[in-house]
Amino acid sequence: MNRVKINRLKDKLFLTAGVFSTFIGLVLLTIFIGNILIEGLPRLSWKFLINLPSRLPEKAGIYTALMGSIWVLFLTAIIAFPIGIAAGVYLEEYAKKGWLSKVFEVNISNLAGVPSIIYGLLGLEIFARVMHMGSSVLAGSLTLALLILPIIIVATRESIKAVPQSLRDASYALGASKWQTIYNQVVPASFGGILTGVILALSRAIGEAAPLIVVGALAYVPFAPSTPMDEFSVLPIQIFNWISRPQHGFITNAAAAIVILLVLTFAMNGIAIYMRNRWQKKVAW
Amino acid sequence: MLMNDINIHMIEEKTKNIENFTVVKNEGDLDHKIVTKKVNVFYDNFQALKNISMQIQPFSVTALIGPSGCGKSTYLRIFNRMNDYIEGYRLEGDVIIDGEDINSEKIILEKLRKDVGMVFQKPNPFPKSIFDNVAYGLKIQGVKDKSFLHERVVSSLKQVVLWDEVKDDLKKNALALSGGQQQRLCIARTLAVEPNIILMDEPTSALDPISTGKIEELIFELKNEYTIIIVTHNMQQAGRVSDRTAFFYLGELIEEGATKDIFINPQNERTENYITGRFG
Repeated sequence: MNRVKINRLKDKLFLTAGVFSTFIGLVLLTIFIGNILIEGLPRLSWKFLINLPSRLPEKAGIYTALMGSIWVLFLTAIIAFPIGIAAGVYLEEYAKKGWLSKVFEVNISNLAGVPSIIYGLLGLEIFARVMHMGSSVLAGSLTLALLILPIIIVATRESIKAVPQSLRDASYALGASKWQTIYNQVVPASFGGILTGVILALSRAIGEAAPLIVVGALAYVPFAPSTPMDEFSVLPIQIFNWISRPQHGFITNAAAAIVILLVLTFAMNGIAIYMRNRWQKKVAW
Repeated sequence: MLMNDINIHMIEEKTKNIENFTVVKNEGDLDHKIVTKKVNVFYDNFQALKNISMQIQPFSVTALIGPSGCGKSTYLRIFNRMNDYIEGYRLEGDVIIDGEDINSEKIILEKLRKDVGMVFQKPNPFPKSIFDNVAYGLKIQGVKDKSFLHERVVSSLKQVVLWDEVKDDLKKNALALSGGQQQRLCIARTLAVEPNIILMDEPTSALDPISTGKIEELIFELKNEYTIIIVTHNMQQAGRVSDRTAFFYLGELIEEGATKDIFINPQNERTENYITGRFG
């Protein structure tokens, strides 16, 4: 065989391997989602969304957990968003590039990979105990905010890096100060990317159970939280709790709750993609 | 009566010419707009400019020519201190604009950059509307008066002969304009903050010949009101638009003088080789 034929063969081999690998992922995901939908969809109803928890599977609803998730998500967002962006802007635009900033950079990337339960332990000690917040929505949100901060910081830095230097030059050359340049040019130009990072980070936060369990979120709360200091549950914990029950009715409930959680996650990812496209169109170089 | 008038007119013309003549003759005595004295620039250990002393006259166009990497852009960016952002940058010597050392502690950088505008190699409009692009420089100074902003935007766009092309959609995104229009917009944006010096770093190198021609005409117009320094790789352009030309080579100022002299009768062999295209 000559070289060309060997190369063609390699091409084909790789193509086959690639298609096969892709299908493994897709098929498994389809089976999983299909399974959940078959099990859970019939159970879905308005009542399921607004009912309080109950020991009877047919009467139980996800209202408290859903409200808990929304509370936590909302608080996490307003805590992590400004801090993450500010840190990212500082590291990219102000911090002197030297060994110290390299240390920061490596460590922030490392933090993004720390298991979430470790954040739970941190949150339990600092927020719940030392700061006396107890097992409140606020303590949980602060913990999740810590968890997603590295992701937001990394996303912010990457988006800011992508802003061309020529844009900064133009602003400086007109007599803008550093802050004016960042506020008027750099951040708006990178905002699509930043927002995408934030939303993807939040969609990770909405699926977390482990750190919240450690902080002390409950599997059973009789009422939805009405202040940040109330006790709470979230959807993943509710699902985890239902799955561990013996009655089959609760398994069905868990499947239905998973559908809701998936819808929330997909919706957030959808928003992220939409925003990215929108901003990219607006800021095309 | 009529004859007298004409006579007087002729005499006036003559005196004017004589005045012009004396101006040219006493060139050296004119107040210089910009003076650099023994300027050395380093990027870490690399010396980018070596002992540059040069004067630039008001209301003139000075072309900086030389092969790539010879330091002409570095020299240009000294005047609005855009090099300050480059890691390892260090400057020795004096850069004096209107009698003030621009590297002294007293200088407010934002004010300096308002007085010394800059146009870049690649058109770099902000990803905003045409109006916002031109108004940006004023807005960051805190100007809020809508009618004043509008007036200045219109007059700046008229100055760069872009007004007729864009007057109907000032709200349009500047990135939708053609390359040549974008560059004229960038010049308008610079003019809007009323500088008195304009630095141009190869302003036409990314443009087609027609757009280039328009920009050159514009430079010719602008020198009546502004002092212009332009970096160019295009010898014909230097010849067409500039009054004086400075030839840089490997960080040194080899020769500086009236453009005509530099092109017709260069004193230095390297200058001659460069402008005749033997290297560079």
